[in-house]
Amino acid sequence: MPAAADAIVTTDLTKVYPGGITAVDGMSLTVPQGEVFGLLGPNGAGKTTTASMLTTRVIPTSGQALVGGVDVVRHPAVAKQLIGVVPQTNTLDRSLTVWENLYFHGRFFGMGARESRRAADDLLEQFRLSERATAPVMALSGGLAQRLMVARALLHRPAILFLDEPTAGLDPQSRIGLWEVIGGLRASGQTVVLTTHYMEEADQLCDRIGIMDHGRILALGTPDQLKRSVGADTIVTLTSDGDLQGLAEALRQRVEGVDSTTVMDGTVQVAVRGADRVLVRVIDAAEGAGYDLRDVGVAAPSLETVFINLTGKDLRD
Amino acid sequence: MAATTAPVFEMRSTLASSRIAFGALLLRDLVVLRKRLREFIPRTLVQPFLLCFVFLYVFPTIGTGVGGARGPAGESAFATVLVAGVVGLSIMFQGIQAVALPLVQEFGFTREIEDRVLAPLPVEFVAIEKVVFGALQGLLAAALVFPIASVVHASYIHINLSVHWLTLLTLLPLASVTCSALGLTFGTIFDPRNVPLMFGIIILPLTFLGGTYYAWTALEPVKAAGFPWLQVVVLINPLVYINEGTRAALTSSSHMSLWAVYPALLGFSALFLVIGIRNFRRRVIS
Repeated sequence: MPAAADAIVTTDLTKVYPGGITAVDGMSLTVPQGEVFGLLGPNGAGKTTTASMLTTRVIPTSGQALVGGVDVVRHPAVAKQLIGVVPQTNTLDRSLTVWENLYFHGRFFGMGARESRRAADDLLEQFRLSERATAPVMALSGGLAQRLMVARALLHRPAILFLDEPTAGLDPQSRIGLWEVIGGLRASGQTVVLTTHYMEEADQLCDRIGIMDHGRILALGTPDQLKRSVGADTIVTLTSDGDLQGLAEALRQRVEGVDSTTVMDGTVQVAVRGADRVLVRVIDAAEGAGYDLRDVGVAAPSLETVFINLTGKDLRD
Repeated sequence: MAATTAPVFEMRSTLASSRIAFGALLLRDLVVLRKRLREFIPRTLVQPFLLCFVFLYVFPTIGTGVGGARGPAGESAFATVLVAGVVGLSIMFQGIQAVALPLVQEFGFTREIEDRVLAPLPVEFVAIEKVVFGALQGLLAAALVFPIASVVHASYIHINLSVHWLTLLTLLPLASVTCSALGLTFGTIFDPRNVPLMFGIIILPLTFLGGTYYAWTALEPVKAAGFPWLQVVVLINPLVYINEGTRAALTSSSHMSLWAVYPALLGFSALFLVIGIRNFRRRVIS
């Protein structure tokens, strides 16, 4: 493999499922080695299909995907040596114990018996699962099972680790635990590609984020770059019983520095440049235009704001 | 930037990687089988035991001979036919129990198969490994059946076994692969809700009309308008060839020509492998 090969390079990667649904639409993306890259988007945005194409489980309709310089369609068995995958569902081998799950994974990937045994021991230690070594995997809670799947995916020392919605369905404590694990991997220089629909997760963990919707990457950058791209410094959220479209229009005209307004879920979100007396100015303008406000919130722009700005809907839709 | 901390990995060619992963998959299955011997042995032995017990001990003892009630000689002839059939049937059931049922479960509920699909070998080989290991269990089952069949019967019955080794040593592996490949095909076609259907409308007819209790050559008298229709219809059943083959390998009683048995089993194996592997790939890769 070329010395400076990027971890992932896709060119016009497209997947159209039978029935004509375009899940991924001409994606061109480069992820350098050592980066934690996040694909952020709502359910159905095409994140999992993208990850599945990169991990050889979905065959692209057109375009190309290289993982560690290896074409995943032409040489899947070689590409699979380079990747570790944590899928959305629990795919632990239920016929085996916790330790055996790791050990045999190592053997599948060509590690010798001794090497695989040692790697399994080490990872159990590292992931604080040693006490459970001989337990059947059926006995693990959701959080522990997820931790074991991450350990398993790392066991053969993959060049790229794929995490598909790693914390979906986990309790808050397990989620924080997993974030710590991913933070540790990031510090060690492990290349990670993760898909998520939690903006905090992408914000906290990722060096760079691609925001996805309808099979396309709409924006790409570091979390700060993306948030700055909104152009506003403050997001004010207003709740009112009145005509929200009218309220939005009134605010655009009456408040100085309004960047954009979005009507959504019974609220108006106003993106305003400058943080100085913003709340007072917005409330004055709304009440001056004859609107009764029921609630007012103020926040700095988040990835959620970026997504709303790009698509006019929020991530939960 | 991260070039110094990037993991070190050595890539193997598809061939080398596949060979290693295939071996490791077999090793994994072997370890699981060893853990489950306490399930494997009873599940393998109960059916042949019951068949021998009811047909070769209870019936003759209560005077309801199945072998045409021609006295001990007739009973013994029937026992000889049956023992060969029991071996074939046991191999057949391994294909279902060792390959089809686990696959139905893995595709339907657990999705565990996805982990093995990510092992560094083409997914077709994951399917082939299932067939190979299923076939090994079929052979093991066949070996376990012999002692039962030769012991469990009424004292006056004499089972006339005459082993044709060349036939036995080629036919049993071929039959095991055929059944295991059949298991792969069933395992990739049926989902958990349809398993009762699989038993009810496919496996029962296969076993009852598979020549376990009678030799295929003996079906000739079943005629309609002078046409031995049953003898012809059951030719679509792979178990018929397996049982005729075991009969040829283990007894001197009349059996279908081996010139028909071997090509038919090779053909069924190829057919089930092609369908099974194609379905398997479709189930795991979209």
